[in-house]
Amino acid sequence: LGPRWLPVPLAAVMDSLIIQERLVEKLLSPRAQAQRSHPGKLKDHEKQYVGFATLPNQVHRKSVKKGFDFTLMVAGESGLGKSTLVNSLFLTDLYKDRKLLNAEERINQTVEIVKHTVDIEEKGVKLKLTIVDTPGFGDAVNNTECWKPITDYIDQQFEQYFRDESGLNRKNIQDNRVHCCLYFISPFGHGLRPVDVEFMKALHEKVNIVPLIAKADCLIPSEIRKLKERIREEIDKFGIKVYQFPECDSDEDEEFKQQDRELKESAPFAVIGSNTVVEAKGQRVRGRLYPWGIVEVENQAHCDFVKLRNMLIRTHMHDLKDVTCDVHYENYRAQCIQQMTSKLTQDNRIESPIPILPLPTPDTETEKLIKMKDEEVTPFPAYAPLVLKLEPEE
Amino acid sequence: PCAGPVESKNEAAMSELVPEPRQKPAVPMKPMGINANLLGYIGIDTIIEQMRKKTMKTGFDFNIMVVGQSGLGKSTLVNTLFKSQVSRKSSGWNREEKIPKTVEIKAIGHVIEEGGVKMKLTVIDTPGFGDQINNENCWEPIEKYINEQYEKFLKEEVNIARKKRIPDTRVHCCLYFISPTGHSLRPLDLEFMKHLSKVVNIIPVIAKADTMTLEEKTEFKQRVRKELEVNGIEFYPQKEFDEDLEDKTENDKIRQDSMPFAVVGSDKEYQVNGKRVLGRKTPWGIIEVENLTHCEFALLRDFVIRTHLQDLKEVTHNIHYETYRAKRLNDNGGLPPMTAETEESHESNL
Repeated sequence: LGPRWLPVPLAAVMDSLIIQERLVEKLLSPRAQAQRSHPGKLKDHEKQYVGFATLPNQVHRKSVKKGFDFTLMVAGESGLGKSTLVNSLFLTDLYKDRKLLNAEERINQTVEIVKHTVDIEEKGVKLKLTIVDTPGFGDAVNNTECWKPITDYIDQQFEQYFRDESGLNRKNIQDNRVHCCLYFISPFGHGLRPVDVEFMKALHEKVNIVPLIAKADCLIPSEIRKLKERIREEIDKFGIKVYQFPECDSDEDEEFKQQDRELKESAPFAVIGSNTVVEAKGQRVRGRLYPWGIVEVENQAHCDFVKLRNMLIRTHMHDLKDVTCDVHYENYRAQCIQQMTSKLTQDNRIESPIPILPLPTPDTETEKLIKMKDEEVTPFPAYAPLVLKLEPEE
Repeated sequence: PCAGPVESKNEAAMSELVPEPRQKPAVPMKPMGINANLLGYIGIDTIIEQMRKKTMKTGFDFNIMVVGQSGLGKSTLVNTLFKSQVSRKSSGWNREEKIPKTVEIKAIGHVIEEGGVKMKLTVIDTPGFGDQINNENCWEPIEKYINEQYEKFLKEEVNIARKKRIPDTRVHCCLYFISPTGHSLRPLDLEFMKHLSKVVNIIPVIAKADTMTLEEKTEFKQRVRKELEVNGIEFYPQKEFDEDLEDKTENDKIRQDSMPFAVVGSDKEYQVNGKRVLGRKTPWGIIEVENLTHCEFALLRDFVIRTHLQDLKEVTHNIHYETYRAKRLNDNGGLPPMTAETEESHESNL
């Protein structure tokens, strides 16, 4: 795909684009064009300059026009401040009409999957944000396999994408795959609880898990440090693969590298959310007002909210999507194909002219179309075959 | 191990434990006049003083159980309540231990002394409660333990040669720790309290209350109270056991306004305004545990220790224990229960 371009803050996209556009204009200006038609008159530096360095920005510009989409899942016991945090992160009020169930109603509740979609625009850049909520997780008396509805949902999105990708109308594929899962760990425990470990192990190979310490304002700094250490140890001990921040390039400036180091050392982030504005030191800030002081959500000495927001939105959003596509989705796809091939060899089908679809019975309409298309096209040897040729097992 | 606060501080504290002693000495003064009866003073009231002296000599037992998910600050709170290292946390228990797979019952006894009064305090901890993925029936070991203590007492009571003072291991008070989610009670909380409020005095407390602002606290407490009411959970002080109007008005106020107490515990001291206070130091301020504008720890302490301690014991003895005894006698056809196997199983439990 083109050369890797640096991740830029969402809102600063337009600024950098304007600069690049001006450069492109300069290159393509009538004067420059005129000069090019008379090669002898080209100055030295313009002789070497071809102009494809602007390719990333062209890609960039096109995708900005198309808009971005991002699907974020939030999971954790109820009452850990998930909704408040989501509202704080994206400066919205997604949960206005939510009705909370009381304890008796929750006794027989099963885990649900609830989606909220919101379109956010900032400085001309559009983001279609989908939040996938998981009410009921971990709340029951018996929480055995309470993560199953969640893993099923993620698999369904992969399956949907797989089908679309293998299908005919690929121009308008809707990507509903979950790009990131914020998992809320209770600050009241001494580390991970059994349900936390089981959940993360069930999901770590399907989605990028970013563990968070919720409601961090009930902990003093030494407790936060201890808890983070404990959680990191337990994540290692249980072999949980949480989302790893990528290494920054060696040619980054020192400030960026320092920020990156701090980011990695602060994981898991201890966060606080708030939708209320309070007055602190003559300024109006997002925070929580206690009799003993004011907690400021955006104060880095109080919590890691800013780090989380920067990571999620301003620096790593694209990487999260990449890892989802390149790693989690590919794993799913490979597993799926493997299952299909093993099923087919079981059924003794030697050669399948139909491209492998995840559903064992694609509808006849599509099957006909596919057969028609297959008979038209001769596969190019240079490309990977669309069709799987199976040798009979000896 | 004994932990004894300084004598002088505790004259005041002690006087709150026991009704105010009259200024008259223990031995009735001889009336000044010739005709003693006409002056009307007999000295019956000095019995209070005599009782007090006796209690001081014999001391008394108090058994408090703490129940709640791990990490809700149970051990710290108990240490804060009794201003001593009395909980499991301080008795060599290693924090690095794994969560037990089933609920365990761990009882640790200490003798603490204050103002000449000795209290044999037993803190009963229940590690493992509510921590598993499947918590069905995790209250059963706790109910079993409570009933076993009643059984022990009953057996001692029906003995032919009884001990003068039956050792009381019955659970007088059970502090149930509610997680401060800010939403409502959890299904497990309801299940536990429904089952256990009939056998023991349950005092629900909202743990780690420094995670809620004042409005959140008020709303949460209201919601919890309503849920408890709707589900018919009678927490201590139970309405049906109010003895007279005075009790009723006092307890009503506690039931409807203060409970469940939203508490914060701490065993560390900090300097605030020239005083040393127990608290928690955050980057945005110091939370003072005994400051009523910060949290309700002081209310809980006064309630459990300074005003209702004796009542907790009485309700346990006169009501919960009697209910158990009546049931046992009924099951046994009106005869006291004394089978060899129950005796054996209790020996092994001791």
